[in-house]
Amino acid sequence: MKRSSFWGWLWVIVGALYFLLPLYGTLDFSLRAKRGELSLLAYERALTDPEFLRTFAFSFRMAVLTILVSILLIVPTAYWVHLRMRHLRPLVEFITLLPFVVPAIVLVFGTIKLYSRPVTLLGIPILPPLTNSTASTDILLIAGYTVLSLPYMYRAVDTGLRAIDVSTLTEAAQSLGANWVTILWRIILPNLRTALLSGALITFATVIGELTLATFLARPAFGPYLVLLGNHQAYEPSALAIISFALTWAAMGVIQYVTHGNTGRIAGGR
Amino acid sequence: MTISSVNQAQATTPRSRSWLWNWLGVLPFFAFVIAFLVLPSTSLFVGSFQNSAGEFTFENIRSLSEQNIVNAYWLSIRVSGVTAIAGGLLGFLLAYAITLGNTPTWVRSAMTTFSGVASNFAGVPLAFAFIATVGRTGFVTAILRDVTGFDLYRNGFNLYSFAGLTLTYMYFQFPLMVLIMTPALDGLKREWREASENLGATSVQYWRYIALPVLLPSILGTMILLFGNAFSAYATALALTGGRLNLVTILIGAQMRGDVLHNPNLGYALALGMVVIMAFSITLYTWLQRRTERWLR
Repeated sequence: MKRSSFWGWLWVIVGALYFLLPLYGTLDFSLRAKRGELSLLAYERALTDPEFLRTFAFSFRMAVLTILVSILLIVPTAYWVHLRMRHLRPLVEFITLLPFVVPAIVLVFGTIKLYSRPVTLLGIPILPPLTNSTASTDILLIAGYTVLSLPYMYRAVDTGLRAIDVSTLTEAAQSLGANWVTILWRIILPNLRTALLSGALITFATVIGELTLATFLARPAFGPYLVLLGNHQAYEPSALAIISFALTWAAMGVIQYVTHGNTGRIAGGR
Repeated sequence: MTISSVNQAQATTPRSRSWLWNWLGVLPFFAFVIAFLVLPSTSLFVGSFQNSAGEFTFENIRSLSEQNIVNAYWLSIRVSGVTAIAGGLLGFLLAYAITLGNTPTWVRSAMTTFSGVASNFAGVPLAFAFIATVGRTGFVTAILRDVTGFDLYRNGFNLYSFAGLTLTYMYFQFPLMVLIMTPALDGLKREWREASENLGATSVQYWRYIALPVLLPSILGTMILLFGNAFSAYATALALTGGRLNLVTILIGAQMRGDVLHNPNLGYALALGMVVIMAFSITLYTWLQRRTERWLR
């Protein structure tokens, strides 16, 4: 039985136009920094701005640290839940959905309210206000990013763990004399390579241009710089938008390639 | 030593010790979540029931009914609702086209990859892209004006308004629908269609009585997810309108920057209201998702 493909093509074309027109518009605009001719002047200016290099490097560093923290936090937890605490699985899954319930702007509002004064335990101060120094503010920023990336990272690791036989691998390793650190580092992590790579890339794509947390914690990140640039310049923002798109594209392309499209994840608007 | 000490310890420890050891393994995760997600959220919750002197009050919750706050919630709900429904429809049709619409496989892989990128391409760069495209000097605006003589901006369109924000949000809304609906449409079993055709059902009857009822929880659930997705968005709106459009997120942001409401506790109540709406949508989404799983695996 053959059905007509007319409607199918129509919607594909509408979708493709929606995808491509803004990209073409931005690309076209970014090449017009010189009057009357196409040039890469806007890219040259945008990329050589020392502020760009500084903020991009900062966001890059934050992204790498966030990825490390979330891997350290989630892999052992998800492994342990798979192996020993199966009854906790619904609870952990529920918790990893919570960042969708608490929007970034609410999260940062609460974080600032809580950590801009001394942290007390039963009335005894145990930590000074964390927003007082740049180093401890960076800790808050990384913690916030880790929370935001929790749904993606956990889902990726969980999918990865389901695909391998965790308890057999663990028993085999134990019978050969491996301790827990060796098991996680040399057995579980290598088996999760694909899952971790896709979790890491989506975290990277989220953190690199993130605006909300960085703005309100007042750290010199790439997102706030972009907004500032958008207020003062015409062509450079378009050039950087194209570069951001290319980065997102590269990240998603690699994920698609390594997972063969089997990503059971949820994306998010910012 | 060939047998690890851990293994030996396990064999010899009493049940209560191993119970403790088991919980120790998940402790860092729970400690982290409590410190950086639960406590910040509860501190807002507590703050929204306190006045500036720290006494208990319902005043902040009552103040949520002030005109400008109600307007902000209403605008956020409208933007999210419209983009969820329109994005949901377009996304569904596109997902239909690439799964059951007789289009070649390369179209499907191109569309899913693009959807993966576009649903993550939100925030400031997205706003720039739409300014360059349908802004006052944008590329589509210029083509429409020069080729057809139709001036968008003389005919009531403005990118920095409700219509513009909706158009921009659609860019990350419908791809998300495509990503979630494609596997759902794949889950429709060929046998169902064949069985209904053998019994003499038309295509319309098949969709009306079989496919749509099976897909409906998934369609509605995903639309609710899209609603939440737009409702919590901040960066895109800020970069696009510079904070001129009074969404709830923008209002909370303004409150944090400099006390526009002259009462931080009212700001906490504002945030609490958002969390309540988001919690409601996510609960509904999970419930609908469970109903979907009965048929589509």
